Amino acid sequence: MFMAFLQLFSGFFKIGLFTVGGGYAMLPLMQQEIARYGWVSAAEFVDIIAIAEMTPGAIAVNTATFVGFRTAGILGAIVATTALALPSLLIIVPLSNFWETHQEHPVLKAIFNGIRPAVAGLIGAAAMYIGQTALQYDPLLSQKDAFPIDFRSLIIAAVVFLAVRKRNVDPIKAILVSALVGLIVFGF
Amino acid sequence: MRQNQKQRTASLRELFVAWFKIGLFTFGGGYAMLPLIEREVIDNKGWTDKEEILSIYALAQSVPGVIAVNTSIILGNRLGGVKGAVVAAAGVISPSLIVIMTIASFFDSIMNSVYVLQAFSGIRSAVVGLVAAAAVRIALASLKDKSAFVIAIAAFVLSAFTDVHAIAIILGGALAGLLAYYLGAKRRVED
Repeated sequence: MFMAFLQLFSGFFKIGLFTVGGGYAMLPLMQQEIARYGWVSAAEFVDIIAIAEMTPGAIAVNTATFVGFRTAGILGAIVATTALALPSLLIIVPLSNFWETHQEHPVLKAIFNGIRPAVAGLIGAAAMYIGQTALQYDPLLSQKDAFPIDFRSLIIAAVVFLAVRKRNVDPIKAILVSALVGLIVFGF
Repeated sequence: MRQNQKQRTASLRELFVAWFKIGLFTFGGGYAMLPLIEREVIDNKGWTDKEEILSIYALAQSVPGVIAVNTSIILGNRLGGVKGAVVAAAGVISPSLIVIMTIASFFDSIMNSVYVLQAFSGIRSAVVGLVAAAAVRIALASLKDKSAFVIAIAAFVLSAFTDVHAIAIILGGALAGLLAYYLGAKRRVED
């Protein structure tokens, strides 16, 4: 049993240490470590990713929790998830201390003046990608249609967009109401 | 001076609760977490501002680890030192631990419920609207001059239509910022 915890710890520590960019960037390395230690089967891993996407929280964190729980129970989940986050703590705390104290240095300022719009562009691209995948017809809920975009999803997305932009509606409320609306409109 | 307007301390409990809330209500991870992070740390808590959050995201994305966890560590460290960083990270992770362990115990029955699928279709659609609103808000906050606009368009095109990695794009932005700085400095000297 101790070996199982040790493997979970070292495996997920490695995943946390060697993947930059979070989320989906972590999945290939996760798959390798899972295959090496035989934590879960390949088919189970696909199901786990689907659940990790659907449930609240960061995808990589959810996947680590799930794999840890399947392998060694509650303690396994805690060990895997902690190990995943530990490299971040060790690296970021000193780095962000440096950044906080030198933020006003002109060269560092110039660098971040260039980085900020680049991040804005990345977020715009991510918004487009999320829109493309999430507004499609869900094959589990409705028959294939000639029109690839599900107009019910599109209307929900548009109403939420306007509610947040114009009325400053709390995102949490928007999510909860949309879950209820989804229950009704996707039921037909 | 701008620094002084931001709140510089927070109790560990406040940090934990704020990040727990973010972890509990973000679906989809990664960029889908941004709208909630912004609502909580900018609007509700005033721990950072619309402009600085982009620098924090850049930092969080350029180092190893999960982006949301990295963001929680940066702000936790600012407000409560190493202890604050640990507590903020624990807060954003805890909902996953609780929710996933519950689901893992009832795996099959949950996955086969049509009601769950319907509710999640609604949630996924809402996330599209939320992320789009965040993208607009971020664009308005960061695109202040012509060079920023050009950098943002280039980053968007590279990220949306090519396989160039996000880190390479961030590094490119850093180089462009340096270039603009030195060109600007030269111009000022010549004047």
